[in-house]
Amino acid sequence: MNSILSQEVPISWYLMLSAVLFSLGVLGFLIKRNLITVFMSIELMLNAVNLSFVTFAHQWHQVRGQIFVFFVMMVAAAEAAVGLAIIIAVFRARATLAVDRIDLMKL
Amino acid sequence: MHLILFLLFAGFCLAGAINLLLQSHPINSALSLVVVMTSLAVLYLLLGAEFLAAAQIIVYSGAIMVLFTFVVMLLNAGREERTLGSRAARAVGFPAVVVILGVLATLIVHAHGLGVASLSDAITSTEDLSRVLFRELLLPFEVTSILILIAILGAVALARHGDGETPTSEERTSPK
Amino acid sequence: MTILEFFLWSLLKVAVITVVMLLGIAYTVLLERKLVGRIQNRWGPNRVGPFGLLQPLVDGAKSFLKEDLIPTAVYKPLYLIAPIIALGCALISIAVVPFGAPKMGPHGMDLFEIADVNIGLLVILGITSVGVYGIALAGWSSNNKYSLLGALRSSAQLISYELALGLSLVGVVLRAGSLNLRAIVEQQATRGIVTWNIFGGFQFVAFFIYLMAAYAETNRSPFDLPEAESELTGGYHTEYSSMKFAMFFMAEYGNMINVGCVATLLFLGGWTSPLGNLIGPPQNILVQALMPIFWFVTKVFCFLFLYVWVRGTLPRFRYDQLMNFGWRYLMPLAILNIVGTSLWLAYR
Repeated sequence: MNSILSQEVPISWYLMLSAVLFSLGVLGFLIKRNLITVFMSIELMLNAVNLSFVTFAHQWHQVRGQIFVFFVMMVAAAEAAVGLAIIIAVFRARATLAVDRIDLMKL
Repeated sequence: MHLILFLLFAGFCLAGAINLLLQSHPINSALSLVVVMTSLAVLYLLLGAEFLAAAQIIVYSGAIMVLFTFVVMLLNAGREERTLGSRAARAVGFPAVVVILGVLATLIVHAHGLGVASLSDAITSTEDLSRVLFRELLLPFEVTSILILIAILGAVALARHGDGETPTSEERTSPK
Repeated sequence: MTILEFFLWSLLKVAVITVVMLLGIAYTVLLERKLVGRIQNRWGPNRVGPFGLLQPLVDGAKSFLKEDLIPTAVYKPLYLIAPIIALGCALISIAVVPFGAPKMGPHGMDLFEIADVNIGLLVILGITSVGVYGIALAGWSSNNKYSLLGALRSSAQLISYELALGLSLVGVVLRAGSLNLRAIVEQQATRGIVTWNIFGGFQFVAFFIYLMAAYAETNRSPFDLPEAESELTGGYHTEYSSMKFAMFFMAEYGNMINVGCVATLLFLGGWTSPLGNLIGPPQNILVQALMPIFWFVTKVFCFLFLYVWVRGTLPRFRYDQLMNFGWRYLMPLAILNIVGTSLWLAYR
């Protein structure tokens, strides 16, 4: 039992997970047709990159990697506030969230 | 134990991310993303970043994603229409995803000197984190606070721009 | 100690604390009904058992036996999972609350706390912030306009007041220099009531902010807009019946208890006695073990009493008043408190 409990995980697995999550985020960005879901895919990509940062911070015993994640979170929060405000403004103007129908520059 | 926890929560992460792509209703996608973020918090904890794990839950799951669900509920956006996306996405996008994943995977597999992570590794204390943050990285920190201020002002301006029938702007500017 | 023993002990602690918590929730409901009754010049429940003490058990049995209605138009998966999220989040955060001194049980186990976490305070805040989903999803999935309005109000209110709540705690954390709840308690325990954060630490402004924000966070009167009966016929739980409604109800009272525990730990000296170390520890080992729990429970009880008292006294706010109060008064006040505390700590 103790052998299972003391198992270690190679760092590369974490990195691989992060890469796969990032690709899924890009894929979501490409195939989702709803403005909010597209935005969520961006958040997914940010999270995947954050996982890489934390992993490297663990690998090289650097606190700065973690602090970078902290900054990414703050920027993501700001981005979410502005992005969602834009989405609401778009919805008010167009009454739709389908990205295919939001294809004109003017109102 | 580390292996079990990693496999479990990495599984949750992937399942949530795939579910995000498969679901057609935005609220289901949002909840899948919450699952992804919460599992990521556990992975951070496994990597010894306890403060970040808490921040991940509080900021991402507790504030940003609540805003997403709030907006989905507010706009009452229905199911999305399935289309195949633009031609550019099909021609360039999907191959690009495969290429990115391939390149990253080869890099990671061939990388040398990557260690292992286990439960007995040291945990980065909040004190260490804040010491570096407030002594060496004070300027970026302050710049980020200005960015947040600008974001608040921008969100307020965007929300005020319309006829003011949607809720007050404060609700949208809060996830700091 | 082997892993197996560790698991067994932890399981035992979790089971005991969950049962105690559920009983606490049941009797908080009774306390509220009794007290509000007396405030409104009537007796409150007094038929079942002596002084109505068995009322909670009967209420529980009633909600179990009632028919479980699921309206046809609801979005089922979320409708079913929402009460579980709400109650789960209300019950989980008690796991990091220390009830008593770090007395070592057999094998060096911590008897009075399920888990001693370095970032205990952040864990509680995180779990509370995830609890919003229970209410938001309940309102949205019910497919009812009253529910949806309640849910919208609730998510906006909770996000807004979480800020003031979090900021009000920063002063205490600054003073203790730690996010560990045990360290925070021990920092203020040295000389009893005069060193509690609320008095000795000059954190009474923070305590006031915390109190207000906590009332809003738990959707309690005078900030119970999300379930305002007179406007929204019950708000987010309008479409819920029987045990699912009871789960929301229990979640609300569980959150009240959590908030009381956090206030006790952060501002009122946790499990330590108001006399501090003026009188030595009692000789009897059993008394010595039970005294901390006695003080902790007494403090939480006082906090809950205050909760009910406020509910019985104050009328409900209007929604714009609520938002204004949170953003225009509480948050700047909390930031001022942080600045003041840090200046005081720096030039002491």
